Amino acid sequence: MAYKTIIGLEIHVELATNTKMFCACPNTFGGEANTHCCPVCLGLPGSLPVINKTAIEYAIKAGIAFNCKINTKTKMDRKNYYYADLVKGYQISQDDIPLCEGGYIEIELEDGAKKINLQRIHIEEDTGKLTHTMDGDTLIDYNRSGVPLIEIVTRPDMNTPEEARLFLEKLRSTLKYIEVSDCKMEEGSLRCDININVVDTETGAKTNITEIKNLNSFKGAVKAMEFEEKRHIQLLKEGKNTVRETRRWDEVKNETVTMREKGEAEDYRYAVDGDLAPIEIPDTWIDEIRNKLPELPHHKKERFMRQYNLSEYDAGVLTASKDLASFYEETLKYIDDTKLVSNWIMGDVLRRLKDEEVEIEDTKLSPKALGQLLSLIKSGKINNNTGKKVLREVFETGKDPEVIVKEKGLIQITDESQILEVVEKVLSENQQSVIDYKNGKDRALGFLVGQVMKATKGKANPQLVNKMILDLINKM
Amino acid sequence: MDIVKLSAVEIKEKILKNELSATEVVKAHLNRIEEIDKDINAFISINKEGALEAAEKVDEKIKNGEELGALGGIPIALKDNIVTKDTKTTCGSKMLENYRSPYDATVVEKIKAQDGIIIGKTNMDEFAMGSSNETSFFGPTRNPVNTNLVPGGSSGGSAAAVKAEEVALALGTDTGGSTRQPAAYCDIVGIKPSYGLVSRYGVVSLANTLDTVGVFGRDVSDAALMLSAIVGYDEKDSTSYENPTHLVVEKDLEPTEYIKGMKIGIPREIYLDQIDKRLIGVMDKVIKVFQSLGAKVEEITLPHLEYGLSTYHVISAAEISSNMARFDGLRYGYRAKEYSTLDELYINSRNEAFGDEVKRRILMGTYYLSMGLGREYYEKALKMRTLIIDDFNKAFKDYDIILTPTSPILPFQLGKLKDEPLTKDLTSIFTAPVNLAGLCAMSIPCGYVDGLPVGLQIIGDRFKEMNIIKAGLAFEGGMKNGI
Ligand SMILES: [Zn+2]
Repeated sequence: MAYKTIIGLEIHVELATNTKMFCACPNTFGGEANTHCCPVCLGLPGSLPVINKTAIEYAIKAGIAFNCKINTKTKMDRKNYYYADLVKGYQISQDDIPLCEGGYIEIELEDGAKKINLQRIHIEEDTGKLTHTMDGDTLIDYNRSGVPLIEIVTRPDMNTPEEARLFLEKLRSTLKYIEVSDCKMEEGSLRCDININVVDTETGAKTNITEIKNLNSFKGAVKAMEFEEKRHIQLLKEGKNTVRETRRWDEVKNETVTMREKGEAEDYRYAVDGDLAPIEIPDTWIDEIRNKLPELPHHKKERFMRQYNLSEYDAGVLTASKDLASFYEETLKYIDDTKLVSNWIMGDVLRRLKDEEVEIEDTKLSPKALGQLLSLIKSGKINNNTGKKVLREVFETGKDPEVIVKEKGLIQITDESQILEVVEKVLSENQQSVIDYKNGKDRALGFLVGQVMKATKGKANPQLVNKMILDLINKM
Repeated sequence: MDIVKLSAVEIKEKILKNELSATEVVKAHLNRIEEIDKDINAFISINKEGALEAAEKVDEKIKNGEELGALGGIPIALKDNIVTKDTKTTCGSKMLENYRSPYDATVVEKIKAQDGIIIGKTNMDEFAMGSSNETSFFGPTRNPVNTNLVPGGSSGGSAAAVKAEEVALALGTDTGGSTRQPAAYCDIVGIKPSYGLVSRYGVVSLANTLDTVGVFGRDVSDAALMLSAIVGYDEKDSTSYENPTHLVVEKDLEPTEYIKGMKIGIPREIYLDQIDKRLIGVMDKVIKVFQSLGAKVEEITLPHLEYGLSTYHVISAAEISSNMARFDGLRYGYRAKEYSTLDELYINSRNEAFGDEVKRRILMGTYYLSMGLGREYYEKALKMRTLIIDDFNKAFKDYDIILTPTSPILPFQLGKLKDEPLTKDLTSIFTAPVNLAGLCAMSIPCGYVDGLPVGLQIIGDRFKEMNIIKAGLAFEGGMKNGI
């Protein structure tokens, strides 16, 4: 039997504006509870919202980056419902005319690119945050109330959890590229809801759509989708169906659990918010935003291939995150060797990041340090192996590679006179190897070089040692 | 000299000329309140200390020869749905019985900045829902003309306070007639400015696409003075406009001068079945006054006027249901003592703190916004609103002002219409369409019938406040001259 999984996503992204959506309160994460509040974001009687133009600009940026149509005439609507985190009894959002419509994000699969279509991107305000205490109390922090959000809704175009993960990665990296959000899932600035069901492609039978909420990492999202996919398929095999419901991912149990069943579609009694004038977006403004838009990932990748003569794969890896790409370009300012820098970043640097599970911007390694290090290698002052050791130390201490090399006396010995004595000693102590080499055993040469390197604590230039040994043997 | 009988314009002049001190003015009005308000119940709170302090500051300015603001020393009352830091803001409801706003409304800041003296906060129908001031949690206000009568509403307290000479000027609000109708019932002048002319920031929303801040005075010049002091764009209200009209009244012209060249339309649709027949005679007299002042008066048609009230009813209720949602007992205001879940907290608090009229409108509005038949009413009402706007637009191409009675029903006895909310709603039949179209209008006294005051409504195009003020000044002068 063959099954097809159908996945659609709804992603809420907090926009990194300086102030909130409808008031002048600071839009910053954290802070003492209920200190970033004013009459407007607390919904006090008589207060009125005034829209933050930067929030609209950021949403348009996202719309352009994701190939959406920008609706030049739109409005803000009220979504009416009651909840403790909602100060006005309604959320200011957008109903029938979202700011951005359509659009798509391309993901790279093994057999080529796939377009994941978007339904819409609309702007809305965030709610406060509830904390349930051990005593059974619920505390409310309204610092988040009124923070600008965009909600991105996809078409159900993803067919595996991996596709959904690639989509989310691409979405996040693009949003970070265009600098509209820091997309930190752990701080809630990127939140994702999943709609998933499975179709039996032979019988046409399909499960009801399950919604999964409360995901706080991409890993969790993938696990939740994998779990649900299996659950749906199992039910189909048994001739059963899923319940229309909202589930959440339980990280401890490693499974999804029921949050609530979905009854009739909720009626939010949408109506236009008369407190905010209709929004008209001049085409000139859209053009201005488009022109100011930073280079998008796929453009950057093409440019890297062209400008730095990199392979498609290398360019892809280096431009996957904006920070990594700028780290690469920044490093090139200190050493003019695109291949060398690319090799080192793709090799030792990325391996290190992966092991430590950190991003490049969170480490002590600076482009200047890497540039310095690679210059030391390129000029032959240290060799490759020493370079790796120094890099490790830079990661740990953040010290200048030159300082490390000097302090530890790691400068490569390139002066023949300094090594000659060692080479002669090694040869005289390893007569058998010399004979072996002469008898055609090439491996013996490697052994002799290794002995010299060992004796010089790795500081000798291996090529030079190689040459000197051959010269001496030939003279014998 | 009986200070409380002075007009706002006169008070200002006398203070400027050092004939009166602001402190004397304020004390006289506070005494008047002390003396009469137990019979009128116009005030919910009085800020005696604040008022005296503000008066002292004005007197200090005069002493130091500093320039005085446009409202220098004039005692002013505010409807209790305009938020103030200094006193509580109750909206006439148990829900906000002890609510204190942490900030001042923009109009309050403007009054303070222009040396106006805020005496206190006035009684009103609960959350401005009503037209008789009988739905107030703080008891009904009585009409100073005749205390057996209602003062109208929902700004009945402000109208009564001005009529009873407790203050010279007052602010109300007007969403469907809540300034004009009480002005008519209390025999004073009330102006509802065009939507957007005055900032709504700090005015507790009723129906936010209709809400305006209204002004009261005992004559047109006073009301115009009050209005000119509070207009203008406010960055905190994105539906406000930079003062598009120049509210400069040329003083002491002959009545005919004010109205020179004006064309006046009388909609034939005003003569409906529900209108008090005594008003027909009054309108005939009004037309004669304007004609004798030299204005051209013609019959016009506003074909959709008759749907104005039901359109208003649906749209206002829909907006009310959403605007009232924030009063949930969680962050401020009344909270029920007994509840075991969040839903129960909401339900019990709202059930215990809201009166019947508020509940009625929330229920209706929730229905109009809900999927199904209710929603169809709402969508229809939105369409009808544009037709009503078109009607007015057409009329204002040819006419400068339009005249109607302010209310089709004359002031009624307190308690008489208590259980007839629909009849009470009828009082807005000529006023509500003006809000739907965002126009400006004034109610001005036009005499009495059978001992009951009658108000004339003068409607002007959006941001053409000067037309209604000039017409009002002409009419006032004409009446005085006994035309
Ligand atoms: Zn705020």
